[in-house]
Amino acid sequence: MKVETLFSTKSCYREPLRIEGYRFGSGTKSACIVGGLRGNEIQQVYVCSQLIRELKELERRGAIVKNHEILVVPCVNRFSMNVGKRFWAVDNTDINRMFPGDASGETTQRIADSLFRQVQGYSYGIHFASFYMPGDFVPHVRMMDTGYQTTSLGSLFGLPFVVVRKPRPIDTKTLNYNWQLWNSNAFSVYTNETDCIDETSARQAVTAVLRFLTRTGILHYNCHSGYMASVIQEDNLSTILTDAGGIYRRHRHPGDAVLRGDLMAEILDPCSGEVLSEIRSPTDGVLFFAHKAPLVLQNTVAYRLIRRMRGSF
Amino acid sequence: MVMTVASVALPVHEKLFIQKNRILPPVLSESAKRVCIVTGTHGDELEGQYVCFELGRRLQNEHEHLNGIVDIYPALNPLGIDSISRGIPMFDLDMNRIFPGSEDGTSAEFLAHSIMQDLVGADMCIDIHASNIFLREIPQVRVNETSAEKLLPYAKLLNTDFVWVHEAETVLESTLAYSLNAAGTPALVVEMGTGMRITKAYGDQLLDGIFALLAKLDVWKGNVCPPKEPVISTDGEVMQVSSDCCGIFTPCARHTAHVQKGEQIGTIFDPLAGEIVAELSSPCDGLLFTLRDYPVVYDGSLIARILGGAV
Repeated sequence: MKVETLFSTKSCYREPLRIEGYRFGSGTKSACIVGGLRGNEIQQVYVCSQLIRELKELERRGAIVKNHEILVVPCVNRFSMNVGKRFWAVDNTDINRMFPGDASGETTQRIADSLFRQVQGYSYGIHFASFYMPGDFVPHVRMMDTGYQTTSLGSLFGLPFVVVRKPRPIDTKTLNYNWQLWNSNAFSVYTNETDCIDETSARQAVTAVLRFLTRTGILHYNCHSGYMASVIQEDNLSTILTDAGGIYRRHRHPGDAVLRGDLMAEILDPCSGEVLSEIRSPTDGVLFFAHKAPLVLQNTVAYRLIRRMRGSF
Repeated sequence: MVMTVASVALPVHEKLFIQKNRILPPVLSESAKRVCIVTGTHGDELEGQYVCFELGRRLQNEHEHLNGIVDIYPALNPLGIDSISRGIPMFDLDMNRIFPGSEDGTSAEFLAHSIMQDLVGADMCIDIHASNIFLREIPQVRVNETSAEKLLPYAKLLNTDFVWVHEAETVLESTLAYSLNAAGTPALVVEMGTGMRITKAYGDQLLDGIFALLAKLDVWKGNVCPPKEPVISTDGEVMQVSSDCCGIFTPCARHTAHVQKGEQIGTIFDPLAGEIVAELSSPCDGLLFTLRDYPVVYDGSLIARILGGAV
C-alpha cells in the first residue's frame, strides 16, 4: 500500500487541504474507489477505511492479481467534515456537482479537476455516494443511463438491486456521470447511512466491493455470492408523498415487503399528538427508500416503492 | 391583488406560501399581455426586493397608464430569504437547478413545478438575481446563446450596462429561465449588485428598463426613459482574473471602470506574515464588470471579469 497526496491547496487559516489516495498493486489502472466528497459523508469515509484495511491485508497475502492497480480515495472534503458542513465550507458549493472540473475555475471546480485527473482512466470507478433527500435506502448500486452503462456489471456487486437513473441536467456534473463519459464503468454504491455509521451496511458495502473486484479478475477473495440483483429503472419506482406536515412516525423500513393498504407511517400534529395523516401502501411491493427525519413537510417523498409484479419476489 | 401560487405545510403549525401581487389594468381587454417579474430564488440575493417594491408602488400610483397584467413575485424562495440562506433550507439542491420541477418530486421540486405552471404563458418574464456575497456585478442581462436571437431585442431595452450572451451548458437547462424559454415563454435573467445587499441606484436603473420593456410590449402607456445602449458580450471577449493563492484580497481598481491591460486590479496579502503574496492585473483593456467583494480568497477564487475587445 502506498499513501500519496493526490492534491493539495493552501488556506490562510488552516492546514492545507490534502486529498490522500491509497494505492494497492501496480500496473493497469483497474479500479478506483472514492468515498466522501461531502463533509457529512461519514459512513462513506468509514466504508473506505474498512476497505483499505482489507485491501492492505489482501495485498500482504498476495491476493491482488498481477498487473492490476486499485486506488482508494477515502475523504476528499476533510475541510468541510472537520467543521461539520456538508458542502464546501467557504461558499457552500458541492464538489459532486463540479465534475469534470475546471483547472482555471473556482476553488471547488479546481479540486474536482485535480481529483478527476487522478481518478480517471480506471476500468471501474466506484463512488460511495449519498442522496439529496433525507432518508435511507436498501443498499444498492446506482448507474447513470448515459448510453455507456452496462447494468450486468452492476450485478457483480451482489447487492439486492441495481438502479438505473435517467440523468437530469444537474446529474451531468457528478463524478459518476463523468466517469462514464470518460470511459470508466461507473457505479455509485448506496448504504443505509450518511452522517452516522451503520456497521452492518458498511460491512455489506465492503464485501460487495471485494466481491466485485474478485468477479472482475482484480482480486482473489473468498466470499459468498451475494444477491442475484434485480435491475430497476428509477422512473418505475412508485413515489408516495406526504399530504401533511408534522412529526413523522415511521413504521416500515427500507427492504420491508408491504401489501396494499398496509400502514407505513403516520404524521402527527407536533403539539397535540393527534394523527393528521396515515401513509398506507398503494400497492404490494418492497420499500426501496424511506424518509427518516423526525419532522416532515407536506409533499415530501415518504417512500419509494418497487411494485410487486405478478409472480415476482 | 395578492395571490398564492403554491403552498406547502411545514412541520410545526406553519405554511410556506409563494405569493405574487397581480396588478391589473383599469380595463382588462382580452388581448392584454402579461409580464411577470420574479426574484428571490436564491435567499441571499436581495437586489430584486427593492425593484419589486418600487415597481408595484409606481404601477399602483399611475394605474391609469397600465394596459396589461403585471405579476410581481418577490420571493420564490421565501424561507431562504428569511433564514439568510442561498438555498431552500433543509434541501440540498440549488433551487435554480431543479426547474421545471416535478409534481411527484420533493417539496422543493413540487414548488418549482407550481411556479413554472403559474409563469408559463406569460408574454415576458424577468428573473432578477443579485450576485452572491462574493462578487459585485454591473447591471447586466444574461442570455443563453440558444435563445439569444429571440431575446436580445428585449434584453437591450432593460437599461442595463451590459448584455452577456453566454454559452449553453447542460447543467443550466434546469434553470427557471431556460425552462421557461424551452416552454415558449420568453424569459430574461438580470444579474446586478451583490449578495445580501440592495444597491438602490442599480434598482432604479433597472426599473427604467422594465418600464421601457413594458411599453414596448404595450403593457404600459405612461412615460418612459429611453434605455441606454448596452455593451453586448459578443462585441468583445469576457476574460477573468482568478486568485492562484490564498489570502485577503483588497481591490484598487474601481468596479465598472474601463481598465487597461496590465493595470493593477488589487492585491492579496497574508495577514500573518505581513506580506503581499500576489498583485493582480488586468489581462486586457476593457470594462471591469465583475469585481470581488468578499476579501477572503483561495486558490481559484474569482477576482474579476473584464469585457475586453471592442468596448
